[in-house]
Formats: sequence, C-alpha cells, structure tokens
Amino acid sequence: MMENLISLLEMNFFRNALLASLLASIACGIIGTYIVSRRIVFISGGITHASFGGIGMGYYMGFDPILGAVMFGIFSALGIEFFTKKADLREDSAIAMLWAFGMALGIIFIFLTPGYAPNLMSYLFGNILTVSLTDLLFLTLLTVGIVAFFILFYRMILFISFDEEYALTNNTPVRLFNMILICLVALTIVLNIRVVGIILVMSLLTIPQAISNLFTRYFHKMIYFSIFFGFVGSMSGLIFSYVYDIPSGAAIIFALVLMYGIAKIYFLTRKALAR
Amino acid sequence: MMLQNLSYMVPLIDIRHLTVGYDENIILTDVSMTIHARDFIGVIGPNGGGKTTLLKTILGLLKPLKGEVIFHECMTEGNHHQIGYLPQINNIDRKFPISVSEVVNSGLMSRKSIIKRYTKKEMEFAGELMNQMGIYEIRNKAIGELSGGQIQRALLCRALVNQPKLLVLDEPNTYVDNRFEKELYEKLRKLNEEIAILLVSHDLGTISTYVKSIACVNHSLHYHPGNKITPEQMEAYECPIQIITHGKIPHTVLHQHEA
Repeated sequence: MMENLISLLEMNFFRNALLASLLASIACGIIGTYIVSRRIVFISGGITHASFGGIGMGYYMGFDPILGAVMFGIFSALGIEFFTKKADLREDSAIAMLWAFGMALGIIFIFLTPGYAPNLMSYLFGNILTVSLTDLLFLTLLTVGIVAFFILFYRMILFISFDEEYALTNNTPVRLFNMILICLVALTIVLNIRVVGIILVMSLLTIPQAISNLFTRYFHKMIYFSIFFGFVGSMSGLIFSYVYDIPSGAAIIFALVLMYGIAKIYFLTRKALAR
Repeated sequence: MMLQNLSYMVPLIDIRHLTVGYDENIILTDVSMTIHARDFIGVIGPNGGGKTTLLKTILGLLKPLKGEVIFHECMTEGNHHQIGYLPQINNIDRKFPISVSEVVNSGLMSRKSIIKRYTKKEMEFAGELMNQMGIYEIRNKAIGELSGGQIQRALLCRALVNQPKLLVLDEPNTYVDNRFEKELYEKLRKLNEEIAILLVSHDLGTISTYVKSIACVNHSLHYHPGNKITPEQMEAYECPIQIITHGKIPHTVLHQHEA
C-alpha cells in the first residue's frame, strides 16, 4: 500500500492532481469563507449552473468549453449583482431561473453539436487526474490573485461583508468591491469545475467552511481552517479514488462530508460529556 | 457666554423640501428641517411613516426624488461626512464571523485610504471607547456569543470611533434590556454636550425626558421645538403613534403622568 502511494507520487498526472488540489483548497478556502459568511451560497450555485451554458457553447462553436464557462460565469455574476440591486425581481426566483436557463442552454448547444461531446462527463463530475498544465497555470494565477486581493483589502472585504449599508454611509467603494468579489467567486467556481465538476463544486466552497465553523467564529481563522480541511479532504479523496478506482470528484466530496460528520460527532459527544 | 450660546445654533445639515420614495411609492413628501450642532432630536411616528427613510436619506443611502440634503462646511471635513450611524440591530447578521474589536474598528474605515493601517492614536481611542462602554473585556469575542445589549454597545462604539459631529440612531432600544436602555440614554445625554444626536424611537415616553426637540414623521414632517408634546398637538400633526392603555381609555404616554 505504502509502496503503491510512493510510486503514485512519482507519476506526473498525480503530482499535477496534488498541486491542483492544493491550489483549489486555497482558492476555495478563501472564496468559500466569503460566500458562506455573506450568505450568498445560493447565488454562487446559480453562477455555477449558469456556466454550463458556456460549456455547451464552447462545444458547439469549437472553442475551449472552460473559456465559455468563464464568460457565462462572469456574465451571470455581474447580472445577479446588477439585477438584485436595481430591478424589482424576487431575488431567489430570479437566480433559480438563471440556474435552470444556463443548464438548458448548455444542453441545447451540446445536442446541436454534431457527433458526440467528448469529456462532457468530466465537466459535470470533474476529473482532477486529467488537469492539464494550462489548467494548473490558470488555477495558480487565480489563487495568487485571490490571496493578494484578500491580504491587501482584508479589512475592507470583512467590513463590507458584515454590514454593507454601514460601509456605504462611510463613502467606501462598496459597489466596486462587490463587483470584483463576485467576479472572483465566478472565476473560482469555473476553474474548479475541472477539479470536481459542476455538480459538486459548491461543496468544495461550503463543506470545509462548515467544518471550520465548528471550530472557530472568526473570519480569518475560518479561512485558514477551511484551506486546511479542504486540502486534507481532497488528498484523502484522491487516495480513495485511486485505491477503489472511483471518480475523484465524488471521492473528494465523500471524504469532506465524512470529515464533517466526524467533527460534528466529536463536538456533540464533548458537549454531552460536559453536562 | 454669548459665543457658547451661538455654538448651539451652528447649522450642520439642511434638509430642504425632500420627497423620497421607492418607485411609485412616495414615502416622504416635502420634508424640511435643519439639524444644529447641539440638537438632540427625537424622531417619532407610526411604523411605515418614513422615519427610517428619512435617516437613510440623510445618510446618503437613498437618493431623494426631489429636494436636497445640504451638508455645511464642518460636516464635510476630510473626505467623508461626519455622521456616526447606529442601525437597527436586526440589520446585523449575528452569526457573521467577526470579533467585537473588528466591528468597532470598521467605523474607522472612512478616515483613511483603504489599505492603510490604523494609527496608534486611533487604536487607543477605540480601546478607550470600548472601555467606557464596558465591552473592553469581551473585545476578542465573536459577536455571535454576545447578548443584544452587548452588540448594541459594540455598534455604538463603531458609530463613535470616527468622532462624528452627528450621531444617528435607529431604534436603539429594541431588543435590549431596561438596564442598558437607561445607560444608553444617560450616555447619549453626555455625548450631546459635544455632538448633535438624531434618535428614532417608538418609545415616546422615555425619549421625551431626554430629547430637546421632537420631529414627528408621518409622510410629512412636523418639527416641535420642545420635548413636551400634547395629544392635541399630536392630533394636529396627524401623528397616530402607538396608543398604550393603562386604564380604561387608550391614551398616549408622553411625559410623566399618573396612571
């Protein structure tokens, strides 16, 4: 078993997968903490599924589906940011509409594409073992960008997320920050589609945070803990997926939920014993 | 002596013929008022009458359809207007992962460019404020662990940390215990020696002993330059505020009276 793992480490694709899961854990740890704290999980789900329309478009028009997903992701993110402020639409129904419309567009495009759509499954369920060097490059750029943005503007991000209205009364550039942040959310989602797929990407942004929330109630600690749990979860998932020959995305989510369950039970028993 | 009296009359904000609404729904019509340096104005009125809308327009959160809010020179020193704001506590997400001192420090945001560090002086003042408010010991706690009164104290520190010239409070007495309420009003009385206060409240009985003047907001605004207001005047202002029953006849509790 141990020898198996070591020989696994010597393989290129596995080293890429390791690096991808580290980068994904950092990006998702930070952005996920923002999403969960600000209670925009549902909005992020909408962006995720809307981006499927872009994947379909990529197939149909013959360009990289991830590029299409980036376009659709950013477009729908800015659309939500704009419409939930200005128009008199019931926010949650509008997002549900976008959610379904993106998926529908994607299906229509793929249906219209002659022949069969290769790798479609990998966009839906992800396959970290097939991440390319290009994927890694973009993931690195995004992660560095997010880390730099959060280090530079940490306080501003925290304060706007906590009480947007108060920040507005202080003449701070709330709209600009909201826009940049929602674009970072969209980019994080889309680039992680390669890792765990559209169906599962939201869990990478929420489960590590849910585990962290059991341990801490501070924003910055939630970020650190989420990165840690995210990485441990994706590592264990990768090993599961290799040993039992199951899809990596599903294995990662399984590992994360398992970790949440163990942590929850630990806290519940500790509470019960303390009585 | 003359000078001191004059300082009371320094105008901070002129509100001129404001009409405010959301889409076709007009909430305030032709509202005018001037806020002076040492005012302590109690804003009363029925729910939905436009109290919060008036505050939000003054704070620049809502754009008026007609009219304007004019800030006098002393209110525009630096690149922000000098208003401290205490929102209704139910606007706050109490599960948000943030500590008490982070909440207080967020009030300093406007003073500086976005990434500059706080100065030592600012940190000391924030600490002193938390000390005065009795939350210094819990400054590192997350707000989720605090009581409603403690959160109000933290939010009040946030509103004051920038040393504003006007403090705006939106129903600070909801969800807090009586002890904190009394403490809060005493604190406000003390603050009023230096800054102007605009206080929205539905609890007319308590505020009328603290405020210097009353503004009754019910789509329009009636300014009453004293803190005693009779039911007859109230009726004339068309200000149907909450009626409380002690005996057989429902009546409004305005100032001290025998039940």
